[in-house]
Amino acid sequence: MQENQIVFKNVSFRYQEDQPWVLKNVSFSIQSDEWVAILGHNGSGKSTIAKLMNGLLFPDQGEIFVHGIEVTPETIWDVRAKVGMVFQNPDNQFVGTTVRDDVAFGLENRGVDRLVMIKRIKESLEAVSMEDYLLHEPHRLSGGQKQRVAIAGVLAIQPDLIILDEATAMLDPRGRKEIISTVNNLRVETRVNLVTITHDLNEIVDADRVIVMNEGEVWIETSPRELFAKETELRTIGLDVPFVAKVTNRLKDTVEFSEQPLRQKELIDTLWTFHSQT
Amino acid sequence: MASSLIIGQYVPEESVVHKLDPRTKIVMIFAFVIFVFFANNGWSYLWLTAFSIGAALSTKIKLRYIARGLKPVWFLIVFTFLLHLFVTREGDVLFDIIGFPIYTGALIQGVQISMRFFLLILVTSMLTLTTTPIEITDAIETLLHPLKKVKFPVHELALMMSISLRFIPTLMQETEKISKAQASRGVDFRTGPLKERIQAVVPLLVPLFVSAFKRAEELAMAMEARGYKGGEGRSKLRELEVRARDYLAVVVFILMIVGLFLLRDM
Repeated sequence: MQENQIVFKNVSFRYQEDQPWVLKNVSFSIQSDEWVAILGHNGSGKSTIAKLMNGLLFPDQGEIFVHGIEVTPETIWDVRAKVGMVFQNPDNQFVGTTVRDDVAFGLENRGVDRLVMIKRIKESLEAVSMEDYLLHEPHRLSGGQKQRVAIAGVLAIQPDLIILDEATAMLDPRGRKEIISTVNNLRVETRVNLVTITHDLNEIVDADRVIVMNEGEVWIETSPRELFAKETELRTIGLDVPFVAKVTNRLKDTVEFSEQPLRQKELIDTLWTFHSQT
Repeated sequence: MASSLIIGQYVPEESVVHKLDPRTKIVMIFAFVIFVFFANNGWSYLWLTAFSIGAALSTKIKLRYIARGLKPVWFLIVFTFLLHLFVTREGDVLFDIIGFPIYTGALIQGVQISMRFFLLILVTSMLTLTTTPIEITDAIETLLHPLKKVKFPVHELALMMSISLRFIPTLMQETEKISKAQASRGVDFRTGPLKERIQAVVPLLVPLFVSAFKRAEELAMAMEARGYKGGEGRSKLRELEVRARDYLAVVVFILMIVGLFLLRDM
């Protein structure tokens, strides 16, 4: 096993003894420079995976390794030092009274020196373009801005792994766009290990790999391109493909696609080149 | 009512008092509250009043604003004055009001007590007028720090205060949302007999509490995920700093107290 990766080995989990299993014998591994999207509809166990990754929950069976450390009650602080997590509700993860105080929270918890703190707060707020809001209170920010502050708070602790647990689910389309472009920028600049958890296939377009969860089991591990071709199968587990994929899948009989297009531009390019050839 | 009561409201201004270290302010105001009870004659009260009004002027907040904010308290001041005036029976009878004898002792005591009351409220409201709640929280945390030795949860208390401060606007927004939602379903908060209006608050409070608990749970999880494990080994971003102006303020304050004790014997 490599040092720098996340490994789930036959992991099973349930919240209580008398309740059904939320995760059943789940195994997968994620490389340290990958962006992996974990996809699934409500109750598929995808959020549980995120919470298991930094010791907010512990597996009933199986083992979890995060960047070389096994996640157990003894090692949670070592694990949490490496893992930054952004949750769904923008309001309920904002601890500080101002943007600056909130970004500082994670640093204060780790006992980081004050001068280092000020520098890192500045850098991480610049990375999410929120540097002009340093002294704003949370109730004067939009949902998308609050989530960007949450991402800044995670960046400030310089984690090896960032988990976004449905970070866009409660945002309006504009806020969602802000977050997705912020995350894409981060990927370009830092190559940080990224795990995003979502039920929206629009958000997996740029991921390296997708793990689809269904009823507590890994349904499929694949690339976004291949997944978009599986429209009918996805529908059986309650997931819907984006518009671009739908159009492509309808046109497959008439148009020749060298590969499944992910973005609107790819689709349009394929269509006009095909049209000009025929 | 809420807007006219200024106790607990912060007014941003660029004044020396605003820039003082919150600890200096808290300690001085606490001392002032004690020393008010040492005043025993007209001169000493005049001295204290002059000092408080001088301090109020130096905050650069309009006196009219402060006076208007104290409006709800005026009633209490007048009430205590009248109570003492009619109840105390000391000294000579000064005159009668519809059969009620007014004693000189009563007049003196009434004036004294209401003066004290007025001074206490004026000075303590100056703390919140010139200091942000978070500064007060920080000051309380450092001032109570010695109590850690007797296992008093100082850090936890301060964190609780700052989280409450952070969530006040959020919960206010939520209350408004819920009250609109319930009003749209026919709950009437404004009219009807008192009993019904009180009952109408129940469908407002229940969802508010449910969501507040849910928030608390999620917040606790988020805090844990961000590495929070109690006050041990934590550093702090916001730092309090005692500067020259703080020493100066303390010197002025001590001179004032010395003056007070000199005037006491006159």
